[in-house]
Amino acid sequence: MQNEFIINVVYLISAALFIIGLKLLSHPSTARRGNLLSAVGMLVAICITLIDQQIVSYQWILIALAAGSIVGAVVARKIALTSMPELVSLLNGIGGLASLAVAFAMVVGGSLATYIVVILLIAIAIGGVTFTGSLVAWAKLSGKLGNIIQTKAMVFKGQAIANSLLVLAIVLFAVGISFVPQMTFLVFVFVILCLALGVMLVLPIGGADMPVVISLLNSYSGLAACAAGIALNNNLLIVAGALVGASGIILTSIMCKAMNRSLTNVLFSGFKEVSSVST
Amino acid sequence: MSFISLAMVLLLAIFLGFELIRKVPATLHTPLMSGANAVSGITVIGAFVFAGNDMGGLAKFFGVLAVFLATINVVGGYMVTDRMLSMFKGKGDRNAK
Repeated sequence: MQNEFIINVVYLISAALFIIGLKLLSHPSTARRGNLLSAVGMLVAICITLIDQQIVSYQWILIALAAGSIVGAVVARKIALTSMPELVSLLNGIGGLASLAVAFAMVVGGSLATYIVVILLIAIAIGGVTFTGSLVAWAKLSGKLGNIIQTKAMVFKGQAIANSLLVLAIVLFAVGISFVPQMTFLVFVFVILCLALGVMLVLPIGGADMPVVISLLNSYSGLAACAAGIALNNNLLIVAGALVGASGIILTSIMCKAMNRSLTNVLFSGFKEVSSVST
Repeated sequence: MSFISLAMVLLLAIFLGFELIRKVPATLHTPLMSGANAVSGITVIGAFVFAGNDMGGLAKFFGVLAVFLATINVVGGYMVTDRMLSMFKGKGDRNAK
């Protein structure tokens, strides 16, 4: 009980650090300090969460933390200056996958109330779309998979219909799972459908628009964390996730305005080209 | 905590997020995106409970996986942001993209 109180107090501090950090990040002179503050907030949150009494063994946590830190640090140091936007996209996708994995662990972990299952499915869906969407964005920016995923908008006939069917299938599976959450197989299929949707959504967008798409997906990954937070009853996840989600949406719209376009224009312009070609 | 108070926290955080980013110069778009992305790695603290528990192999496996992935996001995200911002300082106000 006392542990829980201490954890929540530290979460409060760390939420404040995130907020101040984000504020400072939006001014050129203070940006670096803002990033540092935000990192400190993350560090104290991680450290204090480790005293949670629900955690019984630390071995795997520490291994995963160490391995993740090494991979993250090496990648961040080694990357060429020119390919940083790609790296942001890749990291963002990994974050989305992490949210997906947390939500998945909770769904398969035990009996849950129906509304919790629904929120977790939302987290899985957003996390999945973020993951594969970011991977496609990365491929389009870096051109490393040039023969499979082209940098230009990739549109095929009936793509809009295929996407609609995919969304319909996702909704149907979600309804089914919320009735019988113990059927892990259904959850697996649901995950795969969401991953497919992420690919389908980003393929028809041209490479020049990728920064906007990455910003939007960044916002999604915040929302996925936020949804996971609601299901886990964790305030800090909710606050941090919502901050990222909301600031990401605003940043996306600012970037669209700078290009003199609307967000729908960016997301669906590939389809318009096809319809104008076919008519 | 009750669902309503969670919803209240969510609502306030969303409005705060909108307000914080209102005016940001174009040079800071990419670092800001990257910094915010690192914050979304906060999922890691949600993953601890599953990674440090023994409630079934699958839940534990995905918990550990989530800790690993989210840590990459956090560490990589903050370090890359810092690298971008450090370039700014030296070269003045040049566009980051």
